Amino acid sequence: MKQGYTLIFALAWRNLWRNPRRTIVILFAIVLGAWAMIVMAAYSRGMSQQVFNNAIDNLLGHIQIHAPGYLEDPVIDRVLDTQQPALKTALLAPEIQHTAARVRVPAVVASERDSQGVTLLGIDPAAEADMSFIRKSVTLGKYFEGNQDGGIILGKKLVERLETSLGRRVVLMTQNSQNKIADRGFRIVGIFDTMIDAQETSYAFITLGTAQQMLDLGTNVSEIAVKLSHADHTDKILGGLRAGLPGLDVKPWYTLDALTKLFQDTWEGSAFVWYLIVFLAMGFGIVNTILMAVFERTREFGLFQALGLKPNFILLQVWLESLLLLTTGLAIGNLVSWLTVLATGDGIDVSAFSQGMEMVKLSKIIPFVLTTDDLVVANAVVLILGLLTCLYPAWRAARLVPAHAITRV
Amino acid sequence: MTAVVSCTNIKKIYKQGTIDVVALAGVDLTVEQGDFVCLSGPSGSGKTTLLNIIGGLDMPSAGEISVAGNMLHTMSKAQLAEMRLQHVGFVFQAYNLIPVLTAQENVEMVMQMQGVSKRERGRRARQVLKEVGLEGMENRKPPELSGGQQQRVAVARAIVSNPKLVLADEPTANLDSKTAENLIDLMRHMNSEHGVTFVISTHDPRVMLHAKRNLKMEDGRLV
Repeated sequence: MKQGYTLIFALAWRNLWRNPRRTIVILFAIVLGAWAMIVMAAYSRGMSQQVFNNAIDNLLGHIQIHAPGYLEDPVIDRVLDTQQPALKTALLAPEIQHTAARVRVPAVVASERDSQGVTLLGIDPAAEADMSFIRKSVTLGKYFEGNQDGGIILGKKLVERLETSLGRRVVLMTQNSQNKIADRGFRIVGIFDTMIDAQETSYAFITLGTAQQMLDLGTNVSEIAVKLSHADHTDKILGGLRAGLPGLDVKPWYTLDALTKLFQDTWEGSAFVWYLIVFLAMGFGIVNTILMAVFERTREFGLFQALGLKPNFILLQVWLESLLLLTTGLAIGNLVSWLTVLATGDGIDVSAFSQGMEMVKLSKIIPFVLTTDDLVVANAVVLILGLLTCLYPAWRAARLVPAHAITRV
Repeated sequence: MTAVVSCTNIKKIYKQGTIDVVALAGVDLTVEQGDFVCLSGPSGSGKTTLLNIIGGLDMPSAGEISVAGNMLHTMSKAQLAEMRLQHVGFVFQAYNLIPVLTAQENVEMVMQMQGVSKRERGRRARQVLKEVGLEGMENRKPPELSGGQQQRVAVARAIVSNPKLVLADEPTANLDSKTAENLIDLMRHMNSEHGVTFVISTHDPRVMLHAKRNLKMEDGRLV
């Protein structure tokens, strides 16, 4: 039996190259289809991951803890005390990688020439360094040197709008915990550049110590952001925190940023639809090629049966031809896709569209991200659907009556 | 003597639209081991149909048929294929070789399906190709061989696994006279020296001349 399989494998491979031009044309179609699937998947995955990472880095974290009612009305008196023991205990889970306490209130920042509404963020420089985008995005000046640093860090776009510059002074105005106007002058010590205009114009950063002092908050903060070792732990840690902190409002990233969650879910669904569309175009070519090969070799299949090859072996032989065609095409397609992704380096520049793309937290450079899961799914779609499609010609070949097939011209 | 083939009242009726075409109208035939039978008769007399039914390539509409002890009319397609693999060799009018295989691979194919070891089937294939006069041409593919050479490869393939029965459908029809004579000698030699049973459908008087039994068919019957 083993020798029978060796025979049909040899026959399948040689038959594939019996009409080299036809085989090369259909191979080209499979390679192109696989390439389109994989490269598009890598681009979409890059977008999806960038959206997610940018969202998490955009002061979101995987989980946030607030005083009840803060999210509905983020005012200064809805704060939580960082010194409460229950909070400290709850944040000791090993999956929690970083935590950062923040003061987060609406404010107005004014230069000599202009003013703009912003979200004032009082951050702990050390804790925030690994938590959000801010530290790695300071491209001019410097990041805060300690929790009592008296400077302010603004976005590049905001600095342009305020017509000010590094080293100059701006005034921050907001409301303190006694509901009185609190204002103070700050020197711009750093300018951050994230390539996302909305981000650069929305935030003004001062240190947590300075903010608590300016707003008479003591050790209170507006929020605690939690970053996990992996996003998959979100629900587990969320449950633990909610159980340990019954008096506080604990929310996951996907509730706080529903748009990012929607984007992620939509991407998963649309990628599969894209695979099916590409396969449909490719599948007709494959089935046509195999069907033509079966028609051309009707007489040969009759002969095989006359010589004692069982119908199942005929089916297997045709199927094996399809398998060889598909695997050869996929192997080349995967290689070409990998080279394409490699050639794009850090990603492709989409700055021409970046204004619109900021809405979904995309940067000007979109990286191609090739994941094993996406590769497996794309290849599995082509292989499984391809083999299912080729069942028909294989079945036709197997059910030929040998006496009729052998006399077919 | 043992009967290799036993046909009882074999009928074959084809449907052509609404018309029934009778290809075999009740054939009784017994072929003994070591026989050399020639079936002759005009075109459409049912020779090829009878050969196809004896070889299990087609099923009779009625009647009973036994080949090498197997009741063909009761067997599935897979069982018929197995029966052919083990007991029947075929030689067709149009040489019917597998074009992507060499002469030796074509000859080895049946043995490969039977599970004969690589070394043994190589040895036997080379030996039979030598017997049919194709020594040195083992690695040629069918398009590189003449018609006569291709038919010899087909004969070699039919006899290499020592089948109980070889069915040949007008094997000399496409050959020149010298090649045809050689092929007839070869089949006679296989019959007399190796005891291979032949049932041959033919119009060729030279083949009939060498037959142990000549049977004539007309309108789907043996006359």
